Amino acid sequence: MFLAPAAAILAIALLYPIGYMIYASFLDWNPSQRIGEADWVGMRNYLKLLNDAAFWESTWVTVRFASIVVTLEMIFGVGLAMILDRNLRGMSILRTIFILPMMIAPIVVGLMWRYMYHPQVGIFNRTLKSLGFDTIPFLSESNWAFASVIIADIWQWTPFIFILSLAALQSLPQSAIEASRIDGASGWQQVLYIKLPLMLPVLIVTVLLRLIDAFKVLEVILVMTNGGPGLSTEVLALRISRTASEFRELGEAAAMSNALLFLLMLLTVIMFGYTKLQEKRAAKLRQAAQEEI
Amino acid sequence: MPKIELTNLQKSYGAVSVIDGLNLTMEDGEFTVLVGPSGCGKSTTLRMIAGLETVTGGEIRIGGRDVTHLEPKERDLALVFQDYALYPHMNVAKNMSFALRLARYDKSKINSRVNEVAEMLGLTEYLNRKPAELSGGQRQRVAMGRALVRDASTFLFDEPLSNLDAKLRAQMRAELALMSKRIQKNMVYVTHDQVEAMTLGDRIVVMKSGKIMQVGTPEELYRSPANLFVAGFIGSPTMNFLDGELFEENGRLFAKGNGFALPLPDKRKAELATHTGRKIIIGLRPGNFFMGNGENALELPIILSEYIGAQSVLMSELGGQTITIEVSSEAPIPSGAPMEFLIEEEGIHLFDSKTEEAL
Ligand SMILES: Nc1ncnc2c1ncn2[C@@H]1O[C@H](COP(=O)(O)OP(=O)(O)OP(=O)(O)O)[C@@H](O)[C@H]1O
Ligand SMILES: [Mg+2]
Repeated sequence: MFLAPAAAILAIALLYPIGYMIYASFLDWNPSQRIGEADWVGMRNYLKLLNDAAFWESTWVTVRFASIVVTLEMIFGVGLAMILDRNLRGMSILRTIFILPMMIAPIVVGLMWRYMYHPQVGIFNRTLKSLGFDTIPFLSESNWAFASVIIADIWQWTPFIFILSLAALQSLPQSAIEASRIDGASGWQQVLYIKLPLMLPVLIVTVLLRLIDAFKVLEVILVMTNGGPGLSTEVLALRISRTASEFRELGEAAAMSNALLFLLMLLTVIMFGYTKLQEKRAAKLRQAAQEEI
Repeated sequence: MPKIELTNLQKSYGAVSVIDGLNLTMEDGEFTVLVGPSGCGKSTTLRMIAGLETVTGGEIRIGGRDVTHLEPKERDLALVFQDYALYPHMNVAKNMSFALRLARYDKSKINSRVNEVAEMLGLTEYLNRKPAELSGGQRQRVAMGRALVRDASTFLFDEPLSNLDAKLRAQMRAELALMSKRIQKNMVYVTHDQVEAMTLGDRIVVMKSGKIMQVGTPEELYRSPANLFVAGFIGSPTMNFLDGELFEENGRLFAKGNGFALPLPDKRKAELATHTGRKIIIGLRPGNFFMGNGENALELPIILSEYIGAQSVLMSELGGQTITIEVSSEAPIPSGAPMEFLIEEEGIHLFDSKTEEAL
């Protein structure tokens, strides 16, 4: 009863922009028009997307980028948390240093890395040259450019996973870990059989948050490569922003956003559905075993 | 089944000393019980033996091997935690078999071990439940089961029965006593329940504020407590303590209190001679009173009478203090009228009122 007004406000606040976007995706609308002046074109924007090779390329780049980045960040972030989860002197300073990258504005991160990757004056190529190696076309060759933006993203976002994992680790029931030591578990076995399974709920949410974010990545790549060379690093968000501002196709951009939104929702549903399914299956197994007895 | 030796064992948290120079040897196949009031350091001692707590000073040897700084898994022991410490994400069967699975036992062997122990603990129907779906007492039994399925040479128990109802507790106590006879392993058992301590222990270690007050068999502790603390801690109902002094009359030694005098056996005369005339504390076991009359009988008022079957617990007054008396009785004893009691000699304990040591 008391929830009703709050729920209504929340629903409007959430749904209005989305409704607006969905409406816009059925229009042929350019930025100089007001929304009322735009022509209704039905599904045309979506049909166009379906046949737009560049859109599919962007989607593919985004999916690859997000999955690689999130996988590596999870491995590094959780690993780091495991290593730094001890009460040594100076550990809190170390932890603070580790989360610094996350606090820097994405634009700045992009600029910083672009400078470091610079073919002549960048620190990487200068170092390579001084050691007598060939320089590397970090941002000017497709594969290298893709790898370079991945590295920058890992640098920036591993701390996020590190922080959440560390918090999860430190709130684990200590006595269960002690029990596993008594039961003869080695350090690795403690991680594998006790710590990771107990952290799983937090890790799932972390992955989801990171995936959603990685699918929408924009600024760092915009500044570093602006999607190039070719379309090799043109992620969806970048494509959307270019469609809107460069090609002046607001309707098409809205349709793309909706596609991205749909993709993310699908991802969330699959993820939660999967955990629900796991729980159900476990419950069913339990029940079956109970009936056997 | 190794012997466990603690030598000058110490533990402090920062400046706070919790265990203060413990020396203790637990023999092969012995059931040792650590008792003491809450916060006296029983769990800490046990956890140091287990290797979960770092040792501040001293040494722990198991079977002659110095294990002071070894990991728990190198000590070959099983521990039942005071707070259960079950694995929340595993069901009961998985919880109990974790150690065996780590040690790569045969599947069939694991199953038969788990089933056997589950049977003994009445857990068979819960094997597929997660800890969150169990009651406190059931969790406690799982914690117990997890230790018992193992083949460890030493078993450590930290108040493993504290959350069970009276009937289940008595049943588990009997199970444990039987098991300890059967498997002849070293067992160290922590409790603050002196009945558990008395019924289970081959040897009892009474602790207070991180120090050992007395070590002995249940009988030794009951019959000759070394100090006031042990005397008050062991035995139920608790011993009565009365202020008094030693004095000699006509060649006989008496423990004299406010308005009464208890004759002491002549054989104790020599050892007590130096204390004559000094202030002492007289300890009287409630169970050593019996009804009867004679020259030394005390006439005591019956303030309250509780009939509990074969026994009656009486509240009375002696030397201006309330005392408890326990006598066997076929019928309830009426309160009100005073009655005459005699006290068995062995029920009279004397303590120095300054040092609180037994005389
Ligand atoms: N981490 C800690 N830091 C500081 N003091 C501690 C710590 N752990 C325990 N202590 C102190 O050590 C003392 C002994 O604790 P311990 O847990 O061994 O008591 P116990 O005899 O097992 O009591 P109980 O019967 O209540 O379980 C207590 O006074 C407690 O306050
Ligand atoms: Mg304790």
